Amino acid sequence: MLEYDSIAAICEAAEQQKIPISVLVLSDQAAQTEMSEEALYERMENSLHVMQEAVREGKNPDICSTSGLTGGDAARIEAYAEGGGITGSFLNHAMARAVAVSEYNAAMGRIVASPTAGSCGILPGTIVSLLEEGRCDEHAAVMALFTAGAVGMVIAKNASIAGAQGGCQAECGSASAMAAAALVELSGGTPGQAAHACAIAIKNQLGLVCDPVAGLVEIPCIKRNVSGIAIAFTSAEMALAGVESKIPVDECVQAMRQVGDLLPCSLKETSQAGLAATPTGIRLKKQVFGET
Amino acid sequence: MNVFDIIGPVMIGPSSSHTAGAVRLGRVAWKILGERAVEARIQLSGSFAQTYRGHGTDKALISGIMGMHSDDERIRRSLTLADEEGLTYSFLAEDLPGTHPNTARIHLKGEHGAECTVQGASIGGGNILVTEINGMEVSFTGQYNTLMVLHYDKPGTIAAVTNFMAYSGTNIGNFRLTRPKKGGEAVMTIEVDGDVEENLINSLRILPNIINVVLIRAI
Repeated sequence: MLEYDSIAAICEAAEQQKIPISVLVLSDQAAQTEMSEEALYERMENSLHVMQEAVREGKNPDICSTSGLTGGDAARIEAYAEGGGITGSFLNHAMARAVAVSEYNAAMGRIVASPTAGSCGILPGTIVSLLEEGRCDEHAAVMALFTAGAVGMVIAKNASIAGAQGGCQAECGSASAMAAAALVELSGGTPGQAAHACAIAIKNQLGLVCDPVAGLVEIPCIKRNVSGIAIAFTSAEMALAGVESKIPVDECVQAMRQVGDLLPCSLKETSQAGLAATPTGIRLKKQVFGET
Repeated sequence: MNVFDIIGPVMIGPSSSHTAGAVRLGRVAWKILGERAVEARIQLSGSFAQTYRGHGTDKALISGIMGMHSDDERIRRSLTLADEEGLTYSFLAEDLPGTHPNTARIHLKGEHGAECTVQGASIGGGNILVTEINGMEVSFTGQYNTLMVLHYDKPGTIAAVTNFMAYSGTNIGNFRLTRPKKGGEAVMTIEVDGDVEENLINSLRILPNIINVVLIRAI
């Protein structure tokens, strides 16, 4: 059975058996939980459907968070994406999906925490994008969630996936690394390339702080889901092009842990510093909660 | 390690600790009450007190008290639903010294006169820690399927319950008894491996000296 203490070990095992990471992980999880592969697959399929529904619902232009601070940006990006923007309609539509799910979360919609509610737009922004743009079929998208999950399990074990413990690098950073590995698998890359994509994604978000305005999962969380998918896509593209991370993936995870430990408490979900402590951040907090 | 701890839970946003965990706390209180609640008084402490409106913690707690799960689409409308179904509620932001920052103390009255008080905290990722039931100190996280057996402190009661569980093939992972006073009300907190059949709960409920048996399912 897999220990989930090394991304490299999982990728090597998959390469040795000449199977995708997802197939290895699904069979291992079935053994570990004493459930059938079919039952686990069905549960993951349901998670994918929840993500797709959140994408659809979150694009409603009238969506508004409970605090009143956010909503409606997904619809703006979606409309803009039709024109292709600077980087093309694929990325702009993907951005709209990531924002849609994050805004839907803030508006008390139903989402899949992946790995957390604050980073719930990144897997939909990437994996659902490939599915809905016709780049893969539904079976592949469901399986890709197992690959993403495997990466997340190792990060949770060796570093952290909680903003309060590791900063935003632990939430959006982890989600981005998970997505990068999944994107490589969905695009026909090798498990080794998936490991490099993961490493590159982590390196690009190392040190990202968790500084939510008013303590709410909105500002800047929603927009960081967009940078999370951008980094996932570019990391996967680099790995598929044959670019390798000079620092091995598991050492990147160790670095993430060390950086997370070194971050002061004020930058780990306590809203005492960073964007939360800016004059505007403080004003918005008062607007939502009053003077206290 | 379970992949659905990472790709999951499926939940209503925006926050696993302030929303999903709060639903679970409310639901534990409702289960312990054992009937439809008509009045809820909820004391919020720490971060819950500071930010409950922005996170929808109030709606989440009321949803749980109405028996909903943390992925129920009705959560965002729960305060309206409570009004429609005759559940009155109040929230009091007041610190409970020495408790976890996300602590709620829930006092419920039921339609047939039952009452209960449950205190617990949402400790992250939708996980909860229940610390007090009806004045009795307890400690369970809901990471395992947990049976709460409220009973009268009479000889043979624990043996009867655990025997029944043994016959049904249910393995006990952790057992804790809280008995504030000899011969009075007491509570067994029993964490079990694997699933618990509804039949077992119903059989335990009709044993002598049992007040109520509730199952708190793992996330």
